[in-house]
Amino acid sequence: MAGTCENLKWRSLRISQVLPTMKQVLSVNGRDYTVDVDPATPLLFVLADELQLNGPRFGCGMAQCGACTVMIGTQVIRSCVRPVGSVGNAPITTLEGIDTPENLHPIQQAFLEEGAMQCGYCLSGVILTAKALLDAKPDASDEEIRDALGGVLCRCFAHTRMLRAIRRYRDAGPVS
Amino acid sequence: MISRREFLQGAGALVVSFCSSAHGISQAEQRGPFGTHASHIDPEKLDSWIAVNADNTVTAYTGKCDLGQGIFTAQTQLIAEELCVRVEAVRLVQCDTAVTPDQGSTSGSQSTPTNFNVEDLALAAATAREALLKMATTHLDEDVSRLTANDGMVTASDGRRVSFAELIGARKFSLPVNPQAKRRSPAEWTVMGKPVPGLDHPALVRGAFEFVQNVRVPGMLHGRVVRPPEMGAKLLSVDEASVTAIPGLVKVVVRQDFVGIIAQTQFAAIQATQQLACRWSPGPALPVQESFFEHMQQLPAHDELLVDSGDAAESLSRAHRVLRARYTWPYQMHGSVGTSCAVADVQPDRATVWSATQSVYPTRNCIAMLLEKPPSTVRVIFVRGSGCYGLNGADAVSFDAALLSQAVGRPVRLQYSRQDEMMWENFGNACVIDHRAGLGDNGSIIAWDRENWVANRGSRPGYDKPGNVISGMLLGFEPEAEKPGTSKPPTKELRNGSNTVPEYLAGCVGGTCNGSGSVTSERVLTHTVPSPFYTGPLRSPLRIQNTFANECFMDELAAAADADPVEYRLRHLRNLRLRGVVIAAAKSAKWGTSSGRGAIEKGEAMGRGFACVAYEGDNGYAALVADVAVNRNSGVVRPVKFTIAIDCGPISNPDGLRNQVEGGLLQGMSRALVEEVTWDAKRITSIDWEGYTSLRLDYKTPEIETVFVVPENVKATGAGETSITVTPAALGNAIFSAAGARLRHLPFTPARVLASLSMVRQRPA
Repeated sequence: MAGTCENLKWRSLRISQVLPTMKQVLSVNGRDYTVDVDPATPLLFVLADELQLNGPRFGCGMAQCGACTVMIGTQVIRSCVRPVGSVGNAPITTLEGIDTPENLHPIQQAFLEEGAMQCGYCLSGVILTAKALLDAKPDASDEEIRDALGGVLCRCFAHTRMLRAIRRYRDAGPVS
Repeated sequence: MISRREFLQGAGALVVSFCSSAHGISQAEQRGPFGTHASHIDPEKLDSWIAVNADNTVTAYTGKCDLGQGIFTAQTQLIAEELCVRVEAVRLVQCDTAVTPDQGSTSGSQSTPTNFNVEDLALAAATAREALLKMATTHLDEDVSRLTANDGMVTASDGRRVSFAELIGARKFSLPVNPQAKRRSPAEWTVMGKPVPGLDHPALVRGAFEFVQNVRVPGMLHGRVVRPPEMGAKLLSVDEASVTAIPGLVKVVVRQDFVGIIAQTQFAAIQATQQLACRWSPGPALPVQESFFEHMQQLPAHDELLVDSGDAAESLSRAHRVLRARYTWPYQMHGSVGTSCAVADVQPDRATVWSATQSVYPTRNCIAMLLEKPPSTVRVIFVRGSGCYGLNGADAVSFDAALLSQAVGRPVRLQYSRQDEMMWENFGNACVIDHRAGLGDNGSIIAWDRENWVANRGSRPGYDKPGNVISGMLLGFEPEAEKPGTSKPPTKELRNGSNTVPEYLAGCVGGTCNGSGSVTSERVLTHTVPSPFYTGPLRSPLRIQNTFANECFMDELAAAADADPVEYRLRHLRNLRLRGVVIAAAKSAKWGTSSGRGAIEKGEAMGRGFACVAYEGDNGYAALVADVAVNRNSGVVRPVKFTIAIDCGPISNPDGLRNQVEGGLLQGMSRALVEEVTWDAKRITSIDWEGYTSLRLDYKTPEIETVFVVPENVKATGAGETSITVTPAALGNAIFSAAGARLRHLPFTPARVLASLSMVRQRPA
C-alpha cells in the first residue's frame, strides 16, 4: 500500500506453519525430562523456561554470539536456532551439567583461578566451546583454541583472561 | 548464593518497618542528596545502610549495583573492612527501592568515589564500627582504646569478648551516620586492597547465576514488542486477526505507537511478532551517513562555552605556526551480549519490576508515570543483566514490561530481540571536534581554540523523562531537548566532566584555573545538535570521543614542533597526578630508548603511540603506550602491546581493577578498530552481529602490562572507564608513528588506513 510500511521481519526463525505440541523426552545433564511443546520451539526456550536452567542464555537468536551454547553429545551447538524436535534423545549438557555437586569441573576451576570473567553472560559459549575442543584434542594449540572460539562474543572483553584460563586447563592435562 | 525468593522473604520485615516510618513524607517534598528525589529511606540514618543480624552476620544496603564490573565484591570488602568482619559474614543488598537508599544511577565511574571515601556506605560502615565499639565499652567496662574489633567480635585487653550481635541485640542502631566517623586507613587494611576473587564467580562458572534474564515468577507470561519499521514511523492500524490463530497468544497490546505481544511461551510471542499485520506511516528520510558529520555542523545548535580567555583568536593570529584538524567519531553501540530483559508484575494496588536498570529509583518514578500510579506503590528490584556499559535497553525494557503486565494483570517477562535492541538503543553520541592551535617560536603551544559538535537525542530517563528512550517516545513523551542558542561567556568554574577541555589547557574561569595544563589563551565551545537516533551514555561517554581528538591532535602538535610526544605533553601539563601516570607509563614502556618505529617485517610497519587522560578532570588518571603493527598492503592494524599506568587512588581490589583495566583496553581497541553504527535512508542497518562488528574471542589480543600508581593521602576515584578512554587515541598515534598516516576518523578499518596511506604517498616529501 502506498504511503505505508510493514513490520520488519526478524531474520531467524521463519515460521512456515504452526505445529501442535508434542510430548518428547529430553535427556539433559544426565536426567530425563518429559516436555510437551511445539517441536519447532528453539531448544533454548525449552531449557530456560520449561527446565528452568540458567546456563544457556538468549543473546541473538541467530547463532551469532554463542551465549546459548550447549553440548549435544560431544558437539557444541547453538540452542537458540536448534528446534527441540530435532534433538531426539541425544544427551544434552549445559554449563550447569559439567560439574558435580561436590566439585567444579577443572575448566570451571581454571576460570575461577584466573578470574576470567566480568559480567559472565557469555560463559556457556566460552567454557563449553573450549571444553568440547580440548575433549576432542587435548593438546590443541593456542591458535586452534582461538579459532574454535571465533563464534563467541564477549562484550566485556575478558578475552585475555579467558584464553589464559583455557590454557591453564589444557596444560594441566586431561581429566582422569 | 541466596535465591530471589529467599531474599524477598528475608527482606519482608525490613520493608514493613521502612515503609511505616515513612508515613506522611511526600515524595516530591524535597530533593535528596545525589541530586535525587527524597526517598523513604533516609541516607542520614545508619540503619538505612547497615544491620547486624542475630547470627552475627551483617546486612548492608547500597544504591550502587554490580553491572559486571566487580563492585559487588569491592563493596562487600569495604563493609567487611570497616566493620571488622569476614567477607563471608556480609550480605550486600543492591539497589531495591523497597530497602536501599537512593544513590541515583550506578554510572559515570561514581560508585567508588561515592561509596569508598568519606561519605555514604563507607561512612555508614565506619559509624557502625565506632558505635559497636562504644557499646562494648559499657559491656566490657573498658576504655575504647583498650578494645579491638575483629571477626565480628570486640575483645578487651584481658581477652574477654563479646559479639556484635550480643552488643546490639534486637535493637537497631538508631543513630545518624556520623560525618566524623574515622575510616580505617589503607595502612590498616586487611580485607580491602586484597585481590578477593569475585563473589559472583562460582555461580557464574557453574551456570547457576541468576541474571534478570533468568528471573521466573509464578504465573509469568512472555512478551515481545513490535517496533516501528523505520525511524519516526507512526502506527496506523493493527490487525489482531492476523495472529489469533497462534496457540498460546494471550493479548496484543496497543497504546499509541507502542505495540506488544503477550503469550504463554516465548516461542508463541515471537511467532506473533512475526505475523502481526501492522500498518505504519513512513518516517522522514534520514540524513545520508556519508555526509553526516557535515550535516551535523549545519544544524541549529545549543551552544556552551566551557572556557574562553577572550584572546584565543588574537593569539592565533600572531602564532609562529597554526595547526588545524577536524576529528570525527561515529555512533557506537552498547551492544550487550544478552538482549535487555525485565520482568514486571503489575497488580491494581502495587507493581514490582525486576530490572537491570542502573537507576532503580528514577526507573520506579518513570514506571509510575507510565502506569499512572503513585511511585510509592511501585517497587523496582535490581537484578544484574548482561554487561551494559551504560544505558543499553535496560530502562526501556523495564517500562515496556510494566505496560504489558498492566494490560493483563499478570507477571510478564519481556526480552527484546537482537534487532529491537540494536535498532532502538541509545547509541554513544556521534561527534565532530575541530581544533586550532598556535605554536610559539620554541614550538610550545601558545593558544588553543576548540569547537565540537555533539549529536544528541534523549539520554537517561531520570525521574520523569521517559521520552528520553524509545519506549517513552512511542507513548507520546518527547525527549528532553535543549533549545538552540548561542552561549554567554562562562561564569561557572570548569568541571571537565566530559573531557571536552584538552588536558594541556589551564581551564581558567573567573580567576580559578581547574584545567590540568598551562595554556592560558584558550577557548572551548560545544554545540549540541539534534540526533536522528536516540543517544545516551556509553562507557566513557563523550570522554572517549573528546580524548581521542585531544590526544591525537596533541600528537600532531608535537610532530609539528618536532618534539617527543611524551616530553611535549609534560611540557604543557601542570597536574601532578596526571604527570605521574605519564612518567610511569613512559618508564615502563621504555619510551625514548625504544622508539618502536620503522622496523618493517612481512609488510608490517611497527610504531608506538602515547595518550593520557585526567578522567572527568579529576576522577582517575591513565596514560597508555600502544605498540602496533600496521600492514602497508592490507591496511590491517594489529595492536601488539599495551603498557598502561593507572592512578585511581587507594585500590579496593587489585585483581578486580586489573580485570577492568584489561577489559577497558580491549573494548577501546574494538571500538577503535571495528565498531560503527550504520544506516540507510530509512533505518539503522547494523542490527545484528554481522552488521555491527565486535572483536570476538578468536582475536589475538595484545600483551598488556598494567602499572598502578598510588599516591599517598588521596581519595579513591573511578577506574572502570579510564583505560578505554585513552585506547583509541594511543592507537591512532601509533598508526601515525608506524606509517605516517594520520587517521582522524574511527573506526580504523583497513580501507581507511589504506586511503590514509595513499594520501601520505601522494604528499610531496
